[in-house]
Amino acid sequence: MGLLDPPGFRRNRHGHVWLHLGDPERGLMGDLLAQMADMLAEPEADEPVDPLAELVGIDPTAERPDDPALARLFPDAYEDPDDAAEFRRFTQRDLRATKLAHLTTAAESLHRPDPTRLSEAECLAWLGALNDLRLTLGTRLEITEDSPEEFVSLQDDDPRRAMYMVYDWLTYHQDRLVQALQKGIRG
Amino acid sequence: MGHVSIAPMEDVEVAEEADVDTPWVTIVWNDPVNLMSYVTFVFMTYFGYPRAKAEALMLDVHQEGRALVSSGSRDAMERDVTAMHSYGLWATMSRDH
Repeated sequence: MGLLDPPGFRRNRHGHVWLHLGDPERGLMGDLLAQMADMLAEPEADEPVDPLAELVGIDPTAERPDDPALARLFPDAYEDPDDAAEFRRFTQRDLRATKLAHLTTAAESLHRPDPTRLSEAECLAWLGALNDLRLTLGTRLEITEDSPEEFVSLQDDDPRRAMYMVYDWLTYHQDRLVQALQKGIRG
Repeated sequence: MGHVSIAPMEDVEVAEEADVDTPWVTIVWNDPVNLMSYVTFVFMTYFGYPRAKAEALMLDVHQEGRALVSSGSRDAMERDVTAMHSYGLWATMSRDH
């Protein structure tokens, strides 16, 4: 990477996507991915798990999460509450596992030397992980379409300021990754 | 006008039969977080839509608040909605009326 090249995800002329990121940024990113994994971790079951349900991926206890960020990550698939609840029981466990796998894959690639060449599967895992992080922070910040004007003028001591800066930083990296991947597909 | 019966009308079971053939649709809803470039990318890679169609759908989501992105059997739409959720897009499914 040249001195003037911006950090982040980049597709080189051979078509490979590389992550260019310094150690402090890798530390921050790793911390965010780990926090996200903690948030997504399956809550301790009160009752013994039905082994057959476990085998086929059904979670009879799956409910709409109370945490608004988790509710955004696991939205209702149907307007009808009964249909939505049934859909959840059949899909939420797998969806949770998919999201956790994205986080693990992204975190593992962060530990390789910089710059880091990423496989296609790793790029897609990063994309999912970055998006889930942004959805979570966006929900916490109650982001709206008009938010940029509101948030850039926050005072230094406003606790939302640091969170918004991280959100903005993640937006930058996700956008770079999308641009890098767009170059690789025909449209 | 011909003969009009004043007897109670028969319950016609059309509705239920039609249900079998009525396709289901997947709807993606606007949210202030997902990037326009990302939404376009998802429509291109998951559905295999050409860029022009993917961008048009993305703009519908952004400007109209929602877009119908696919239609088909209930099973197929459950797969599509699950995929949209795994990408972090806000999607629901319903019967196409």
